[in-house]
Amino acid sequence: MVKFTIKELNIWFGHVHALKQVSMEIRANEILSVIGPSNSGKTTFLRMLNRLNALNQNFRMAGLIKLEQEDIKNIDTELLRKRVGMVFALPLPLPLSIFENVAYGVRMHGTKNKKVLTKKVEESLKEAYLWEEVKDRLNESAFKLSGGQQQRLCIARTLAVEPEVILFDEPCSGLDPISTAKVEDAMVKLKEKYTIVLVTNNVKQAARVGERTAFFLSGELIELDKTDKVFTAPKDKRTDGYIRGKFG
Amino acid sequence: MRKLKEFIVEKLILICGLASIFFVALIFLFLLKEGFSIFKTVSPFNFLFGKSWYPISEPSQMGILPLILGSLLVTAGAAIISIPIGVGCAIYIAEIAPAKIKEILKAGIELLAAIPSVVLGFIGMVTLVPLVKTVFHLPTGLTALSGSIMLAFMAMPTIVSIAEDALYSVPKTYKEGALALGATRWQMIWRVMLPAASSGLLAAVMLGIGRVIGETMAVMMITGNAAVMPNSIFAPVRTLTATIAAEMGEAVVGSEHYFALFAIGIVLFVISFAINVTADLFLHQRQ
Repeated sequence: MVKFTIKELNIWFGHVHALKQVSMEIRANEILSVIGPSNSGKTTFLRMLNRLNALNQNFRMAGLIKLEQEDIKNIDTELLRKRVGMVFALPLPLPLSIFENVAYGVRMHGTKNKKVLTKKVEESLKEAYLWEEVKDRLNESAFKLSGGQQQRLCIARTLAVEPEVILFDEPCSGLDPISTAKVEDAMVKLKEKYTIVLVTNNVKQAARVGERTAFFLSGELIELDKTDKVFTAPKDKRTDGYIRGKFG
Repeated sequence: MRKLKEFIVEKLILICGLASIFFVALIFLFLLKEGFSIFKTVSPFNFLFGKSWYPISEPSQMGILPLILGSLLVTAGAAIISIPIGVGCAIYIAEIAPAKIKEILKAGIELLAAIPSVVLGFIGMVTLVPLVKTVFHLPTGLTALSGSIMLAFMAMPTIVSIAEDALYSVPKTYKEGALALGATRWQMIWRVMLPAASSGLLAAVMLGIGRVIGETMAVMMITGNAAVMPNSIFAPVRTLTATIAAEMGEAVVGSEHYFALFAIGIVLFVISFAINVTADLFLHQRQ
């Protein structure tokens, strides 16, 4: 099943043409890795899927993005962002307790019942592989957690609002290898229930977790294929060069 | 030669630095010396909590409670008016207003801050005072309420500009984090921005209040200047500051009255010092 359909997407910020004629599909329950050097438009692409780019006043777009059958422009922005969750590059706990961080989104979407909230928080923390580490200190400030734990807390927070798609924007860029491994484990498990789009600067990470890999360069989608194909027999010279570390 | 130059400049700057502390210390000492002299004849308790202020009658009565209450009443009124409007305005400027309106508003706020207080007092006297009088059917419009409204205008620029700074310095990532979870703009502001900026907002409020409590000219002109125990916000009151300004000119140097006015100065000093320290604490907590 196709989750996202993107047709001839062009994005500008002021005079900068950030994405050029991008067309692709994102399938349900896959992990799609998006790689490319900085300024290649990969983060812009990701932030397009939940319309976070629209916060920028100079933003303009042309083209079509459909979530399942609906043009995302026609979906209420808050609802779209509930269905398409996002985990940011830097772990970003809100200035609240661990429990409240996870409960925040759920509460916002209208759940007030304490029992339901508690259950949801526990489930989400378990799904993010964090429950065992924090179950005895849910009321402590989220800032007391380590970087890796904070990132998994952010994943739990995103899961708690029951999204269909989760966007990861370089989720491990600030983490050590062990924390990175934990976050990657969580991602692989999560794809059973969710569709995952992973933007990463770490080519090896893309190879480890992605089923398909998309390579962006200067705002263009250069190549999109099964991960092992992209990594062993890329069609485009530029993909080959990037993967081997010749530039970027 | 260069070393000598360096030496001289260094010492000059040192002297400049010390001078400011030195002058403050001198002022403070003078204030204390003159102010405390009143306590030779009037006990501190009677001074602070005495209910009547008749400094030149025989025997004189030096109770400043009506003045303290007058100041507090006017300040509280001003705070109630200016805090919601000021913080609301800051939220609008920092989060909601499009760039153009934002510039216009910020310029407007700065302009408001630039109006001399005596001019504001004068405008208040001819416009606000009659308005208050007719709206509330009062015998006079020179009331604590008029003072509060006028002072609210004076506190607003301080509150708005500092609160806007505080909101602006909330990391953009918090905002995006909340929005990415599907928060509406208002939910984002209420649950994320305001808590994250809370210490800065409190500092803004405290500094605004500090401005109000020290204000003299405008309140003197429009609060009616009656040194009696205020029984409602619709009655004329007199503030600590207005008392000093109005009476210092006619007090005989070295008299009880003269010392009493200095003692009022100490009380004012303590109040605004406490407010500034509190604001400072909040500001530092943020960093």
